[in-house]
Amino acid sequence: MAEHELSGWKKWVEETGNQVNFFTGFFRNVFAGGFEWSEFVRQCYEIGYKSITLVGITSFIMGVVLTLQSRPTLVKFGASSMLPFMVCVSIVREIGPVITAIICAGKISSGIGAELGSMKVTEQIDAMDVSGANPMQYLVVTRILATTLMIPILTLMGDVIGLFGGYLAVNLADHTSWSLYFNKCLSSITFADLLPAFVKTIFFGFAVGFIGCYKGYNSNNGTESVGLAANSAVVSASLWIFFLDVVAVQITQIFFY
Amino acid sequence: MDKVKEDIVPKAKRGKATNELVVEMKDVRKTFGTKDILKKVSLTVKRGENLVILGRSGQGKSVTIKCIVGMLTQDEGTVKVFGDEVSEMDEKELKELRVKIGFLFQSGALYDSMSVRENLEFPLTRVLKIDEQSELDQRVEEVLDAVGLKDAIDKMPSDLSGGMRKRVGLARTLIVKPEIILYDEPTTGLDPITSREISELILQMQEKYKTSSIIITHDMECARITADRLIVLNDGEFVEEGTYEELENSKTEFVRSFFK
Repeated sequence: MAEHELSGWKKWVEETGNQVNFFTGFFRNVFAGGFEWSEFVRQCYEIGYKSITLVGITSFIMGVVLTLQSRPTLVKFGASSMLPFMVCVSIVREIGPVITAIICAGKISSGIGAELGSMKVTEQIDAMDVSGANPMQYLVVTRILATTLMIPILTLMGDVIGLFGGYLAVNLADHTSWSLYFNKCLSSITFADLLPAFVKTIFFGFAVGFIGCYKGYNSNNGTESVGLAANSAVVSASLWIFFLDVVAVQITQIFFY
Repeated sequence: MDKVKEDIVPKAKRGKATNELVVEMKDVRKTFGTKDILKKVSLTVKRGENLVILGRSGQGKSVTIKCIVGMLTQDEGTVKVFGDEVSEMDEKELKELRVKIGFLFQSGALYDSMSVRENLEFPLTRVLKIDEQSELDQRVEEVLDAVGLKDAIDKMPSDLSGGMRKRVGLARTLIVKPEIILYDEPTTGLDPITSREISELILQMQEKYKTSSIIITHDMECARITADRLIVLNDGEFVEEGTYEELENSKTEFVRSFFK
């Protein structure tokens, strides 16, 4: 039993060491020169542009649902006029960044994990390596930087669509003008809401790309490992997003409130 | 019968090997966990020579060539390529060495998100840093012509047959003009006719590009066509070395069993 526990710890330490190595390898390659611009742009298109519909629909539904669910309670307290305020703060501070990042963990992180895992299994990564090319620079750096750039942009877009969904939901019960709703929304948020929310999406984006790449790049040989890489990429990326969110909230509390 | 024998004589001539050693492995030992994969393996390859490594699956043949290209590091012994110890090379030196060594994977390992043209341009733009499109086009067309696949230039790897994938893989290996090519089971999974075509192609490429080669294979027809010299590995150990004819008449039953 003790030996089994020891082997578990050994594996954990080994895995952590590998992640640290991959992390330092990523930064070394970012600044190594010979940046793969065309592949980076292609990844931004694959990761960002192709996720617009999914993030847009989900954000819209979240805006509608949040508004419809909150309205009865606010009405009970005679605070229905606070609805735009509540919806806006919730979406901008928390729901927009976290929901977008979780969707991207499911769509992008698993996709990267499966793609790189499959390349590993079919020896494409080894082929790149032995040809003298740099697979870290071509495959990993471009994907991580693309998720780090695109997820904050998708989040901003998701926030706006979510607020629009909220506006439509408000109008299901009352009539509120477009300008009044958005004026109330904009007056309710401050720099202290926007900046930390935006900064944490950069970290979410990094986590989504990093974990997808790490799991795929280090998958074992065998077709089963491709599925495992995709699956563990989603699970780990989702957990990291929640963990980073807790840390971000704590830091925001200390510095902004 | 004589007609059949005449038919299987390789069309290409073997290149002439010199005495200069390009690869020298001495007493190499490699373990994975508690399992000894290589136990004191020694081999040499001369410039212009085709060396075939024979052995059952899982006996350390692929590990041997992975040590030569620096994908794996031996636990004991020395692996010298062009006179330099591979395990002591830093990242830059290893990269320079890998430009001189081509590696043809069993599956061809074509980048499946890229077309044949992009697959071939990849090592030119990334490794040799060639940017001029006319030079890229000329080199791509030249190697595709050499492997007989000029028409497949804009196809995707998924549209190619197994034999075509190996040919494109060989073209991608040859495009950087390596001095040594390591073939990992080049004819596995192919029908006998295509296998023979690939074996012929290996010989033609050796003649045209003056390369030295290490060929791992179970295919005795491929060994017969391509080998200047063969070595037999069993259980991670060197068993016997010689020409095809010498090993075919070996006194060791295990070695003779490959030729039956």
